[in-house]
Amino acid sequence: MSTARAASIVLAKELRMELRTRELLSATLIFALIVVVMFSYAFDPTPSESRRYGPGLLWIAFLFAGSLMLHPSFAREQASETMDALRLAPISSFAILLGKMAANFVFLAVAEAILVPIFAVLYDVPLVGILWRLILVLALGTLGLVIAGTVFAAISAHSRMRELMLPLLLLPVLAPLLVAAVQATRSLMGDPPSLDRAWVAFLAAFDVIFMTASWLVCDFLLEE
Amino acid sequence: MKLRVSATVVVAAMMIFAGYAALFIAPDERTMHEIQRIFYFHVPAWSASFTAFFVSFAASIAYLSSKRDRWDWLAVSAAEVGVVACTIGLVTGPLWAKPVWGIWWTWDARLTTTFILWLLYISYLLLRGLIEEPGRRATLAAVFGVFAFLDVPLVYVSNRLWRTQHPQPVIFGGSGSGLDPTMGKVLGFCIVSVLCLMVIVLVDRYRLEELRHELDELRQEAETQNLDGQNAPGYVPTAR
Amino acid sequence: MPALSSAPTSITTSNTKSGVTGSRSLAVSFDGVEKRFGALFALRGITLDIQPGDFVALLGPNGAGKTTLLRIAAHLSTPTRGRVKFTAASRSAGARESGDGIPGDSAKRMIGMVGHSPLLYDDLTAAENLKLFAQLYALDDPAAFTAKALEASGLAERANGIVRTFSRGMRQRLALARALLHGPSLLLLDEPGTGLDRQAAAWLSETLARLRSEGCTMIMSTHARSESLELATRAVLLSGGRIAEDTRDGDPGPLLARLRSEN
Repeated sequence: MSTARAASIVLAKELRMELRTRELLSATLIFALIVVVMFSYAFDPTPSESRRYGPGLLWIAFLFAGSLMLHPSFAREQASETMDALRLAPISSFAILLGKMAANFVFLAVAEAILVPIFAVLYDVPLVGILWRLILVLALGTLGLVIAGTVFAAISAHSRMRELMLPLLLLPVLAPLLVAAVQATRSLMGDPPSLDRAWVAFLAAFDVIFMTASWLVCDFLLEE
Repeated sequence: MKLRVSATVVVAAMMIFAGYAALFIAPDERTMHEIQRIFYFHVPAWSASFTAFFVSFAASIAYLSSKRDRWDWLAVSAAEVGVVACTIGLVTGPLWAKPVWGIWWTWDARLTTTFILWLLYISYLLLRGLIEEPGRRATLAAVFGVFAFLDVPLVYVSNRLWRTQHPQPVIFGGSGSGLDPTMGKVLGFCIVSVLCLMVIVLVDRYRLEELRHELDELRQEAETQNLDGQNAPGYVPTAR
Repeated sequence: MPALSSAPTSITTSNTKSGVTGSRSLAVSFDGVEKRFGALFALRGITLDIQPGDFVALLGPNGAGKTTLLRIAAHLSTPTRGRVKFTAASRSAGARESGDGIPGDSAKRMIGMVGHSPLLYDDLTAAENLKLFAQLYALDDPAAFTAKALEASGLAERANGIVRTFSRGMRQRLALARALLHGPSLLLLDEPGTGLDRQAAAWLSETLARLRSEGCTMIMSTHARSESLELATRAVLLSGGRIAEDTRDGDPGPLLARLRSEN
């Protein structure tokens, strides 16, 4: 069976489970929302301050919410030992990892789809002219987050204090992604909005490098 | 044993001389005067830490491809040495920057990379501390070690890209340009001494890890014996 | 063509794409297998040749290495030294294939496992669980296989029940159904009888008896008092990670009786 097919089966399973329990999505959304709203409340930024700090805030909210959401993708399997069942099947470790990455991407994307309009309202950012370009930046940034995040979730699932370990491992590694995503988003919210190609290329490179690295180490992540 | 003792003595002598050279032989710097002498410790610390982290990275890869324990021992030893050297670098940096440039810190490419590297390897060491089973610990730490080091060029590039858009005050930038020859020699000697020191410490730390492993094995053997000293059925002592 | 328990007759020729059909029996050989966790040896120097169609009872106290051995056979764990080799033998001819044996991926298609825990997704229904595994094993008609499996394990009425609500006996039945879904030629069982009520335990024995008559190779780790032990064709006693006793081609009866009385 091809890796893509196996990964899509795993993806379907993750989505079905999430649809039934809806735990992850609601928690992610609420947390991200809280971060965004509290900032606005605490700092009460002027319009120019919003433009300056808004993108940074948005991505930090995604990063934190994402780290919280990523951890269960492996922790849940561990608790009921169902990871064994996936590994028994004649599918590659990369397929399992890829399926989980895809699922995490979907969850985070849904959260972002809800959060960005709210953010646009609170910080007075007109989305109309920049929508597709913004989606591109969001997609590339989220992809990087999800790739590294899923790998580190697999790693931290085996350590003690795993809820704390995941952000500890993930956030320093994602520092360059954060810078790139924020700068790209900021230039889109500038006057006039422009798509900063250098940063977009950087994000794409980040994604490719980490995806390749994940493919190389996938067996080690799941082996025993 | 003799080799280690004599090597340690030699390196100690080198370090003492390096310190002396930094403080007394190197000429006074035109604008910064005495403060500038930190440079002779700051730069070598940075070189040592980067070298150590690279060794850790290489050892992680070696472990993943061969699964031999000695690479894991090297990886953790190098990571620890690197963190210590990095801490020294991160402390001496601001100590130098504040009196001279008036600010403690700036997010330039070198400083940022150093700081993130420090965070990454502290996380690496924390991770190791929290995984109990040795085989898994070695494997997962190696995976993280690879990802962490791969991140470094990305941090550097992202920072440079950012700085072309938001120019920052250039700290430490002048140190590389137009270096007085005596200064250059002293600096070179300091770098070499510190690197030798790093190697000595690394070897010792590696040996410690090796001894820990032997201790574990002995403990296991002892536990498989009954209280009256007889072995469990089917027991065969580990070959040495 | 003998029918395997939870699947229609056609499974033996149409399910797997690897070309190795379910009518073959699997032989397993462990060659100097060693498994180390740090300084702890879970298994040492295990050399064991299991013939096609053997029903091996794996015995020994807790910590002897039974679970580790089964997990290595299932490809869930890799040995630190030595290897496991799988070869297929045609049941009718009884002849063995020569060579390196079947590679890991293809072997997985022919192996089923019932582990310590049921390996089921609590939040999904019985039918969803089986359908998922039918897809993962690339079976041609997942829905049909799922339906048949649910029939055979007597869980058809609870097909849409969430697994979390199932009793231990029902979960074990579902776990066995999952393990047999793809018509494996090797079945690994890790203390399958624990916590089962009378009825479920009887059903387990029945199913194992049927599988044995169909020539499925089975390795079951268990305690000496288990009911299904009468079906065993061979008994292997593990102790401290090594093979202490092995009845090989002989009658496992005396060893089993002795262990039963000792406990």
